[in-house]
Amino acid sequence: MATTRRDFIRGGVSAFTLTFAAPAFISDLARAQGANRRNLVILYLSGGNDALSTLIPYTDPFYFSRRPTIAVPAGSVLQVGTDSSGKALGLHPRLTGLKQIWDQGHLALIQRTGYNNSSRSHFLGNDIWSTANVSNTTGSGWLGRYLDQLPTPIDPLAGWCTTSPVPHTLIGNFVTAPSIPSPSGYAFQSPNSGTEATYSRTAMTSIASHLPADRPQVAFVSGTAQAAMATLDKVGSVATYGGTVTYANNGLAQALKAVAGAMVKGIGTKVFWVQTGGFDTHANQGVNQTAGTYATNMATIGDSVLAFHNDLKNQGLLNDTCVLMFSEFGRRITENGSNGTDHGGAGVMFAMGGLVKGGLYGTAASLNPDASNPTLENSGGDIRFENDFRSVYARAIDNWLGANSVTLLNGDFKKSSLSYI
Amino acid sequence: MARISPLTEHLLRRVAFSGTAEEIANFAELGYSGAVDALLNYDANAALAIDDKIRTPGYVGVVATREFTPNTNITDTRQRWLFRMVHSPAPLQEKMALFWHNHFATGYNKVAGVVGATDGARLMDARPSQDPGGQLGQIEMFRQKALGSFTDLLTGVAEHPSMSIWLDGRQNTRTSPQENFGREIMELFTFGVANYVEADVYAAARVFTGWNYQSIGDRATTNYAYSFIFNSAQHETTAKTFSFPIYSNGSKTIPARAATAGMQDGLDLITALATHPETAKRLARKLWSFFVSETKEPDNSWVDSIAAVYLSSGTLIKPTLKAVFMSPQFQDSANYFTRYAWPVEYVVRSLKQVGYLGFSVNDALTPLVNMGQTLYEPPDVSGWDLGTWWFSTGGMLSRMNFAAALASNQKFSLRDLSRPYKATPESMISNFALSRLTTRTPDQPVYDALVSYVRAGGTWTGSDTQLTNKAGGIIHLLTGSADYQFV
Repeated sequence: MATTRRDFIRGGVSAFTLTFAAPAFISDLARAQGANRRNLVILYLSGGNDALSTLIPYTDPFYFSRRPTIAVPAGSVLQVGTDSSGKALGLHPRLTGLKQIWDQGHLALIQRTGYNNSSRSHFLGNDIWSTANVSNTTGSGWLGRYLDQLPTPIDPLAGWCTTSPVPHTLIGNFVTAPSIPSPSGYAFQSPNSGTEATYSRTAMTSIASHLPADRPQVAFVSGTAQAAMATLDKVGSVATYGGTVTYANNGLAQALKAVAGAMVKGIGTKVFWVQTGGFDTHANQGVNQTAGTYATNMATIGDSVLAFHNDLKNQGLLNDTCVLMFSEFGRRITENGSNGTDHGGAGVMFAMGGLVKGGLYGTAASLNPDASNPTLENSGGDIRFENDFRSVYARAIDNWLGANSVTLLNGDFKKSSLSYI
Repeated sequence: MARISPLTEHLLRRVAFSGTAEEIANFAELGYSGAVDALLNYDANAALAIDDKIRTPGYVGVVATREFTPNTNITDTRQRWLFRMVHSPAPLQEKMALFWHNHFATGYNKVAGVVGATDGARLMDARPSQDPGGQLGQIEMFRQKALGSFTDLLTGVAEHPSMSIWLDGRQNTRTSPQENFGREIMELFTFGVANYVEADVYAAARVFTGWNYQSIGDRATTNYAYSFIFNSAQHETTAKTFSFPIYSNGSKTIPARAATAGMQDGLDLITALATHPETAKRLARKLWSFFVSETKEPDNSWVDSIAAVYLSSGTLIKPTLKAVFMSPQFQDSANYFTRYAWPVEYVVRSLKQVGYLGFSVNDALTPLVNMGQTLYEPPDVSGWDLGTWWFSTGGMLSRMNFAAALASNQKFSLRDLSRPYKATPESMISNFALSRLTTRTPDQPVYDALVSYVRAGGTWTGSDTQLTNKAGGIIHLLTGSADYQFV
């Protein structure tokens, strides 16, 4: 039976039972992570990013013939050279921010990422990317499992989601990350003031510390309240972070600003989750316009990530950071009748950081719709994956986070050519 | 206050938005099956009339700096829905409208992006009798069809202009079929992801080519409305073959038809999907999670029995719901407090049980965003992530802070209501607060923390000063506690 996000709810509850049988992890705020300041930032593009509009094969004639309305003109792309198969590629014209990072050698573009028999469902696809398991998506998330294996006691801020709810990726068998959509709104309120408010906070902290083992669902909810109470002051300190650059007033830029703030304040977070939507572009994608849904998305990402990059560089933290960007699937090669694209196959992943080895990884597909074209699938309709997304995860796990990818991914997905970090 | 009937409290927490003490007493008098019948057989006209009470004394407030225009201004639309959840004499109608809102999750922003903010609000939830053009909003359609036939409801959803915009059906054309709606009607609205193959998505997209919407009336005035139109010129007429039966004779192929008769393609597919046994089971499971338990899976026999009622009644929701409510599993006290309250359920229950005079539902809108549920703006077409997904540190903090804001707003009323129970801290907790909130008896550590809280700051005398601080303070701690997040 195929599973959905909702099937995980119950798995989550039973999983958290284990956590609260041993609640010590959350009550001890000692930072156990030592001097290792490395962190991984996931930037998830939700909705199924049209990879062919992000990294454009601008010399492939089929790119233009199959996308007569929405193709980005060859003269507009931001050229990034040719990949190992000799295919010329360019970034979307509104990704000027990422192009600046590329020019500094801090951006890796990993082509044709995905898995065999790619799901065209947002929800199943997202669960597959979250669990790193293509056949059973009921279990924990791969970064949740990473948090699980950190030395105890594990700091409740070892993971930090800038979105709510916490994504499946960051839900472990024993540990889950807190969600902190806005550090400045992350404060405790009381109906009274002065000492009465102090009494309220003391009492709420005490009530939230009760994690009844016989009612795991209540223990789970109480655990979130307990973690909230325990992290108020530290998160509050991040709210004051101003940044060394100007971050735009949009959700993505502000989330990245909070992440930078947490790094600068030395909170000790290992894994951050940042998300931005609007990629389910079935209609009016408008990619060859300077305005339009897709172009706006690209500008937001390029500019926000550039601000983040420059801020970290100014703070001397760029070498501690690796950002991974991806989406749950790519989109169909041929445009549909509404100037958009439907759900498709393989996509493109990005890695950014001071120690990232910039460049093009993997090879672009030929977009020739011939059904025998080996770089395509679905009768030439979609791009076939070349690089398993789990190989990209594995590299980050082994070479960046210093954990064991075979254990965390339940298999050996290492691929030496993906040497982006 | 003595607790009269735990089963009635449970029934109202699930089937309504929880009850005030008075409501619990009234429903308890009917007996269990009488109460179920009363909730199911509501008077839709009386429910309509509740709108007349908006901005009258004795009801929760709304805020509008100008005229209150719930049919055309989405902020006001949100306030009106919360008002109805608090006060409607047909709470199950609102509950099911919410259920269908999640099931057929449609977001205002995309709709408004196409037709503008005013018409976007109209398409979401205008009431025809209050709208100059007679527009029927999607959620109002859910109210009208809440307990009727699912086939009829699904047809209404597929034809509604909001869906045509939301899942791009308006751009699904003969020459370039567009798959968005064709996929989701199978994956999310009916039998689910395991029951179709990719080729079915292409076929379904072709089936719905030509389904579109139009604007009828005088657009120079407000006397116009959007309605469904089948544009036969855009319909793709060839036969469409599926991997599952479309017709009762087992045929999997929708025959080639003349374009002018092509609308029947979609109606045939809708009927096939609505009456598919896996749809019946999937809906039964969703009803289990919504009404019975989120901490336990239903037995297959329970799912089968509910699915059988659904199918044998011709997909009627009312008898299906009655079977759910009358099942022993629904009434089993082991299933009390095993549902994670949705943010709107939490907010409305708090208003009903803590108090609302002098409070405006406008002040619940931002907290609801922070808790993760903005009405008319589900995160995507699969609806909200339910159950444990509501509960993150940030989401829980938002609930605790809403509890604080409401208790602060109601502190003088709570002081007066608690006065009969002021003798001891224990009486304040048990006889005043817990009874009022119909929550379960807290575990000893929680209870002890509450007693310590009431005693903090000086010897308990029950003075008005103490009551002003502590009555609201206890209510804040309890409504902000984990126990109260369960219904």
